[in-house]
Amino acid sequence: MSRCLAAVIIAILAGAATAAQNEPSLAPATFLPQWTPQAQFAGFYIAFEKGLYRQQGIDLTILTGGPDRSASQSLQDAQADFVTLWLSTAIQMRARGVPVVNVAQLVQRSALMLVAKKSSGIRTPADLAGKKVAVWDGDFRLQPEAFFKKFGVKVQTVPLGPSINLFLRDGVVAATAMWYNEYYTLLSSGLNADEITTFFFDAYDLNFPEDGIYCLQETRSKRPQLVEGFVRATWDGWAYAFAHPDEAIDITMRYMAAAHVPANRVHQRWMLARMRDLMMRKEGEAAPTATLARGDYERVALQLQESGWIDRIPMFTSFYQPPPGT
Amino acid sequence: MRPRGGLALRLTLLVFVCGGLAVGAVVAYNDFITRRLVVREIEDSARNLAQSAANHVEAVLRSTEKVPGFISDLLEEGVYRESELWTLLLTEVEQNPEIYGATIAFEPYAFDDSRRYFAPYFYRRGAGEIEFTLMGSDAYRYFNRDWYQIPKELGHAVWSEPYYDEGGGNTLMATYSVPFYRTVAGERRFTGVVTADVSLNWLQAYLSAIRISQTGYAFLISKNGRVVTHPRSDLVMNETIFSLAEAQDDPGLREIGRDMIRGQLGLAHTRSLLNNQESWLVYAPVPSTGWSLGAVFPREELLGGVIDLARTQLLLAALGGLAFLGVIIAVARSITRPLTALARASEEVARGNLEGALPVVRSRDEVGQLAAAFGRMQHDLKQYLAEHDQLLSIRHELDVARRIQQSILPRTFPPFPDRHDFEIFADMIPAQELGGDFYDLFLIDTHHLGVAIGDVSGKGVPAALFMAVTRTLLRSTAMQGLTLSECLGRVNALLCRDNTMEMFVTLFYGILDTRSGTLEYGNGGHVHPFILRKATGVQELEGTGGIALGALDSARYEVRSTTLQAGDGIFLYTDGVTEAMDAEGQLFSDQRLRACLGQINGAGPEAVVRHVVEEVQRHTFQTAQNDDITAMALRYARP
Repeated sequence: MSRCLAAVIIAILAGAATAAQNEPSLAPATFLPQWTPQAQFAGFYIAFEKGLYRQQGIDLTILTGGPDRSASQSLQDAQADFVTLWLSTAIQMRARGVPVVNVAQLVQRSALMLVAKKSSGIRTPADLAGKKVAVWDGDFRLQPEAFFKKFGVKVQTVPLGPSINLFLRDGVVAATAMWYNEYYTLLSSGLNADEITTFFFDAYDLNFPEDGIYCLQETRSKRPQLVEGFVRATWDGWAYAFAHPDEAIDITMRYMAAAHVPANRVHQRWMLARMRDLMMRKEGEAAPTATLARGDYERVALQLQESGWIDRIPMFTSFYQPPPGT
Repeated sequence: MRPRGGLALRLTLLVFVCGGLAVGAVVAYNDFITRRLVVREIEDSARNLAQSAANHVEAVLRSTEKVPGFISDLLEEGVYRESELWTLLLTEVEQNPEIYGATIAFEPYAFDDSRRYFAPYFYRRGAGEIEFTLMGSDAYRYFNRDWYQIPKELGHAVWSEPYYDEGGGNTLMATYSVPFYRTVAGERRFTGVVTADVSLNWLQAYLSAIRISQTGYAFLISKNGRVVTHPRSDLVMNETIFSLAEAQDDPGLREIGRDMIRGQLGLAHTRSLLNNQESWLVYAPVPSTGWSLGAVFPREELLGGVIDLARTQLLLAALGGLAFLGVIIAVARSITRPLTALARASEEVARGNLEGALPVVRSRDEVGQLAAAFGRMQHDLKQYLAEHDQLLSIRHELDVARRIQQSILPRTFPPFPDRHDFEIFADMIPAQELGGDFYDLFLIDTHHLGVAIGDVSGKGVPAALFMAVTRTLLRSTAMQGLTLSECLGRVNALLCRDNTMEMFVTLFYGILDTRSGTLEYGNGGHVHPFILRKATGVQELEGTGGIALGALDSARYEVRSTTLQAGDGIFLYTDGVTEAMDAEGQLFSDQRLRACLGQINGAGPEAVVRHVVEEVQRHTFQTAQNDDITAMALRYARP
């Protein structure tokens, strides 16, 4: 009896092994989002869960991102085939000589913003003069600094940590925030929208597109089908996520739980809805766009050069190489 | 047959509805008052509970504030060596079990020119083991962490938002950070913070131990509204009260949350996050941290007693109502059954059946009285009808008697058609009641005519009978050849004998000798007749002084006589003529009679009688006749 059972189990295992070997056409690839799991990357998770990458012949592994795992470094070191990066980050890499290529631009509009409490009397950019403003470090500084310069306000910047509590506790009068994250945190900490003054950078001619899909030039050149398949599947994943937000959030929440990230469903719902907004070139457009506009590229690159972050502006055509048919 | 919507039904409905309303009102009022009292009680105790729990939390947190505050004072006071700091910190962690870790974190190069990061950190790991590390590196730049940056920017000690310990797993913590300053070149410069990481496990334990009814609970939210402790562990640290409000689409909850994080003390109506029951939410601030403690009091559970009471009361009221209904029906029936029976009996009575059985009512109330009265009425009616019948028969008998009485009076005129030596006419108009008047005329022999008129005292049958007896006695006695005086005496004697009724009769008796015209007469107490002389007119006949017959058996009767000439007559009458009264009570009177007779003197007897009667009747026009009117006239014509 037990021998029979063992035989059956062996047969099943053998069968499974055979089945796995019978998918020879699947190309292995890795993807690293630039932050911990959240609805900012819902399209990727959905595409994976729905088998869209497999349908494109990709055996994808999604790596868990976060503060400890820099997407740009991982791409540079070829530890990930695909990553998401901000446009400004990628341009700097390219300018430094790292052969990164943009194969799809997802977020067309800046989610980065400045927030202030109306109760502190901040209504216009000029009101910030002489005030303490908490600003994230790194690429997040680019737009605020350009913004202050543009309006000629001298502010006392304070480095902003991973939480927005400094702002909530009135340690500073204004702070950088992501529309889909910290701004929502303010709402879910009891501040009402009408109590918050917001400065969206795209409203001040400082629109810096953010998340795009990047790979190395080598990948783009040698494995064009993989790139095309990845972009296509991702795009379809996003379309599915926007069409089925509840399911998309369920899946995202699972990824968050697996990464031990605090998960809040309404927050993720907010984030997914904002992602849809941000992936439109303009508010109220019918459908998101995956292309990188030359004007956007040049605006960001010029600002980087002007701020002295880069010496030369990489050529747009070598930077942006969308796979044909996407 | 019972009428529709009868008294019993109406009575029952009325009493039942009124009673029901009264009982309902009492139950409702009772419930209302009880509820209000209980609600007030619950709200008071809820406020007390929330406030005292918040005070307890506050007290514990305050106690942990002391050590870092003390260390920061030391740091500001003087110069210190590295080893001294370590000892301080180690002691702090060792001696305060609720302190999970402690650090003194310095500004870049503030402790030591060579070190950008300097933050010695002692912390517990597992049971009692205390470990040490130097925090801070390019990977962990603590300068922008809340526990460091917020007190630095605000310039005063603060509690951080609660957080899960990054290394220790599931320990919920909050850090108390005290900034300290050093004066450099006359300038007070921020130098670093002293912190104590406080495990909030005690807080979770304390709050989860608060049991309110069956499903009530206490919870705590942070300054940001984040759920710090809650019986639903999935909410803890994942949700804020605002995200919950959004998830449940409950703007009211958001407002409550805003009130809570503003440090208000309050009471609100909301739903339990455990079972969605309607609940009271009382909240009280924990001032040191800006946190807020909420306690949920499930309404139904706490009002369960009241609701049960109301339910029991309603049940009792319903049962009582049913019993009440039964009693009302019984009472109503007991009232209306005899009434219905009485109604039926009275219908029978109306139909003439007085023998119908009456309902037996034993009660002494109004219905009993009614039934008794009805019984008496039936009885009286029966008696009355019997008496009525008797009266009818008596009246009938009286009628017969009257007719007999009338018939025994000579009614045929002229009575002796072959006699032309006298004319005679008489009439008696009887009163309604049987009277005692009589007259008579008879031939004693060929030449003697007897005439009599009498009036028996009293009225009615006895008078009539006495009259009949008198007349018969007179007639029979008159025929016995006695003198007139003897005759009257004999009649008197006979009447007096056995006169148990003590009746008497006035009697005028005269005998006319038709040959001579001599009228011999005796008068036993009767009104004096008038003599109508053709030549000299009307004269009262002289009296004889006798008394009424039947009164005294030894009475004697004198006789007188007068002589009538041809054409002369006499008029005999009873006092019914002269005493006839008009509407004003005026008597007809002797004078009027005399005048009357004067007018008609010379006419025949019939004309005289009729004239007098007509005059009397004119006098008494439309007035009831209360006595017999009797008149007789005689005219003598020589043979």
